[in-house]
Formats: sequence, C-alpha cells, structure tokens
Amino acid sequence: MAKQLFNQPSPLETMVLSKRFALEGSETLDVYLKNDGFKAFLKAKEMTPEAIIDEVKASALRGRGGAGFPTGLKWSFVPRTSPKPRVIVVNADESEPGTCKDRLLIEYDPHQMIEGILIAGLAVDAHVGYVYIRGEYRYLIEKMDRAIAEAYSKGYLGNNVAGTGWKFDLYTHSGAGAYECGEETALLDSLEGKRGIPRMKPPFPAVAGAWGLPTLLNNVETFSAIPPIIRDGGAAFAALGTPKNGGTRLVCISGHVNKPGVYELPLGFPMMKAIDEVAGGIPGGRKLKAVVPGGSSCPILTASECDIPMDYDTLAKIGSMLGSGGMVVLDETTDMVRFALRIMRFYQHESCGWCIPCREGTTWLRKILQRFYEGHGRREDISLLGELSKNMLGRTFCALGDAAAMPTISIVEKFTEDFERYLARETVAV
Amino acid sequence: MTFSPQLEEIFAKMLQQYPEGRTRSAVVPMLIYAQDEVGSVNRELIEEVARRCKVTPLQVDEVVGYYSMLHRKPMGKYHVQVCTNISCLLVGGEELYESAKKKLGIGHKQVTADGQFSLEEVECMGACSWAPAVEINYDFHHFVTPEKLNQLIDSLKRAQ
Repeated sequence: MAKQLFNQPSPLETMVLSKRFALEGSETLDVYLKNDGFKAFLKAKEMTPEAIIDEVKASALRGRGGAGFPTGLKWSFVPRTSPKPRVIVVNADESEPGTCKDRLLIEYDPHQMIEGILIAGLAVDAHVGYVYIRGEYRYLIEKMDRAIAEAYSKGYLGNNVAGTGWKFDLYTHSGAGAYECGEETALLDSLEGKRGIPRMKPPFPAVAGAWGLPTLLNNVETFSAIPPIIRDGGAAFAALGTPKNGGTRLVCISGHVNKPGVYELPLGFPMMKAIDEVAGGIPGGRKLKAVVPGGSSCPILTASECDIPMDYDTLAKIGSMLGSGGMVVLDETTDMVRFALRIMRFYQHESCGWCIPCREGTTWLRKILQRFYEGHGRREDISLLGELSKNMLGRTFCALGDAAAMPTISIVEKFTEDFERYLARETVAV
Repeated sequence: MTFSPQLEEIFAKMLQQYPEGRTRSAVVPMLIYAQDEVGSVNRELIEEVARRCKVTPLQVDEVVGYYSMLHRKPMGKYHVQVCTNISCLLVGGEELYESAKKKLGIGHKQVTADGQFSLEEVECMGACSWAPAVEINYDFHHFVTPEKLNQLIDSLKRAQ
C-alpha cells in the first residue's frame, strides 16, 4: 500500500525540499542517504565558511519563518571568530495561524533538516544546536528525538560527523504553548527557562542570543532548504524562483478550497493558479472574496488583488507580506466582522503583555469587534478600529503588535461594507 | 518526588544538554513532561523542578502562568482541544467546538465530573490544511466533523 500522505501532491508542484516525502521510510537515515543525503555536508566540509555563506547568498533564500530576511546575510552576521562559542537554534514553534508546513518537514524528512543545521554549523563554526519545537507537537518531538538518536548511532551527529572528525551535538527542546515564543528573541528567553518575552534589539541574536552567546536562528524550512542549495549550487536554487526570491517554498493552502494541503511551489507562482488549480478551486463554484497570503499577521487581499505572482517583493509592493506561507482562502460567504474578531481574539490571547500598546491595543480591538459582532457596533467604531490599530504599529518590542494591527487595518478598510451591514442589523452567512 | 524510570531518563538527559550552569533551561520542558505524569503543576512539582534545575520555586512558578499548556489543576484523562482559529473557523471549527461542549456537558477548560474528559478551545495548532482539527492529549485528528468527534469520544468512553 502506498504511503498515506497528509494530502495528495499536485502535479504542479516543484519538489525540492519535499522530494523524499512520498518515499517509504523517508524519515530514516538509510533512505535519506540513498537519496542524496549528506552529499551537501561532505561538499560543504571541503568549502571555506565564506564560500558556504556565499552559496547561500547566491540562492536568494529568504527566511521561511515569516520575516523573509535574506538567509545568507543573516549567517554572515554571526561572529565566527568570537571567543564565545556559537549556538544554532531551529525555530520549530510553528504557530502562525494558517501555517502547517514545518510539521511535514520534521515528520517526513528530519535528516534533511539535520544536514542543513550541520552545514550552518560549518558556516558559523558552531558545534551545538537546539530544535525548539512547540509543545503541542509532542509526537514530532518524539520523531525528531528518534531521528537524532539514529544520526548519533550511525555517526552523523556527535564527535565524528560523517567520518570527518568534526563535532556537532543536537538536542530538542519542548515549548509549552505560547505563540509569542515563535518570535526569535522571546524563543531565546523561553529556551533559557523563562517566560517568552521579546528582547530589545540590538544586540541581535547573531551577536548575543541564547545564554548571551552568538546565535544563528532560522526556521525549520530555511534549514531544510540548505542541503539542496549546497548540493546543486545556490544559482540553481535561485533560478527556480524570481530575482531576489530564490527557490521554492511550502505553501499551506487552507480555508474555502476543494483540495486544501501543503504544496511546494516556486517563488513567483501565480496566486490564482495556486487557488484554482493546485488547490482545486473554491467549493460550490462560489466566488473568491479574500486571501490571507501568508499567515494571519499579513494584511488581507481582496479578490481583485490576487492576480499576482507569489513572491516577497510583489506582496510587499501591494502592501502585504508572503509571511510564513500560510495562505487562507475566503469565499464570498465569509463574514469579515466575524473573521476579524477571531483574528483579534487570537492576538489578545497571545499578547505576552510586555508592551502596553500591544497588551491594551489587542484588548480594546477585541472588545470593539466583539460588540460589533454582537450587534451593538456604532458607526464611529469603524474608524476607531483603524485609528487604534495604526497607533500600535511600530510601538512594540516585537512584531506581535503589528501582526494584530495590520490585518485589522486591511479588513476594516477593504471590507467596510461588511461592517456597514452590521450597523444595518443585517448579517451575512458564514 | 520521583517519576517513572522513563521520565527520570528523559530528565537526566535534559539536565545535561544545555551549556554548563544553564540548567534553568530545563524548567519548561521538565514541567510539561512531568505534568503529563503527575496530572497538574502543583506546589510539590514546582518545588521539585526548582530543586532539579537549581532555581528558586518562584522562578518556576512564574512560567506556569505564561504557558497555555501548563495547568495548575488537573485536566481530564482525555484533554479534548478544539481549534477555532481562522482556518478551522472557515470550515466549521466553532460549530465543532459548540457540539463538543454539548456532547461533554462542559465548557472551556472544564472537566467532567468523573474526571475523564476536559475541553479547551485552543488557538492554531498547525493543522490548517486539514481543518477542522482536534488534538486529544497529543493525538491529532484532522477533517473532524461533529459526528466524527462524537464517535471518537464514545470510543474513548468505551475503552475505559
């Protein structure tokens, strides 16, 4: 019997990171080694750290966690010659609403990520790494622990990685439920055994991260993209995408589509084609109303804005973001007041309370949206929602405040008629 | 306070894996693993984790209120977590949560009288493309309908 995947692959995918997913035993080191595994590490071992970083820069890989920062540049900030030991941290705290891709990378191909971590270790001269996995993913922590144990037992972690005499230790670390810990500095505080509170930057984690040590921190998918980049060259990976937006990424399509799923698509893939062809279109022939392009933090797009290629720069140009790859499709029946309220309930619940504009802002936005949803909205609330949100922008230590404000501003501005309808005491169906 | 041999083994490794003198790092993972065995984060557990991680009980106590998966009171033997965040909302997550409330006769973070089930409306748990999603203890269930959840709950009741 063929392996049961989370969802059937689409023929329109470009499988680079996910190419082993469907193989029986893809999570084992043996299958990994038989299918290109550790070729990249052995190649990197012969390269200088500068050459490794240059190759990553050439790939135009940008962080897959959400911020989209160029990965090679981030690596170059880590002071390789610091007298303090360097630390690698993997952000597997996947919790941006709409995002469910890192699960697959850990479940189906943990050794690809391990190899990416090891190559990063070579690049910044680090010898220890921690995979911070959200507590809800206990089964994945167990899978990751098994993969790490297998790598140790067969000599791909430990004192003599792949027979090269080079040393690297890797461990998992469980979170315990906090969206805020996906933010890199809060994650580091959490890793240190504290409440996950964001830190003032600078210093950036590259200089003073976990336990004050220089720390290289990337998302699961970012590390998983490293082996193919080193193996086949940065230029080959870059060529899959569009200029400055290299490679492929795992796009999580959810909401009102016939075939929701995680699909690996090249950067620059047309958004409408992703919805209509990859994800099988909207059920019942209903019309598209809106798209959340990359997790709930991103400003929402109206149907007329969706005829675009999906890359970081195009999304930025129209005032949104590609974010974490969580694409949520909303059909014409969606009530945007209810949708905005659910988003705000989330951010209010997850605000760590450290910065007042975020703690108070999310609380008040939720109250206003709640009263609107319950039919007690006032006309001035519409502008109040926008004003309040705009006053949160850029006024907090981390991006959670912005993440709550941005979708709200866009929903209120682009779907004012849904709010108007509530004032007229008439609701749309969900 | 002692734990099962399996847990003791996990904890022994955990305390070794951080840089020297950084055993505070084990506080959160130790709490959540221990909670699974003890049932809740009580005073005794806080003091035990503090002793093992070489921190003050207050330093342990202060994280308990922060992390949503840590509970000061025992949850049910089966902790039913229903996601209602956006991807689940669009395909019936709230209706699923309402139906779970009815089926179990309890609300958010409440426990049934026999201590067998507890319910929690949770935030996104990373199952967006297979929504609506439910996690019972650490087991994910995808594309869950009210009927499927009712059957699941019934089968867990029968298994007792």
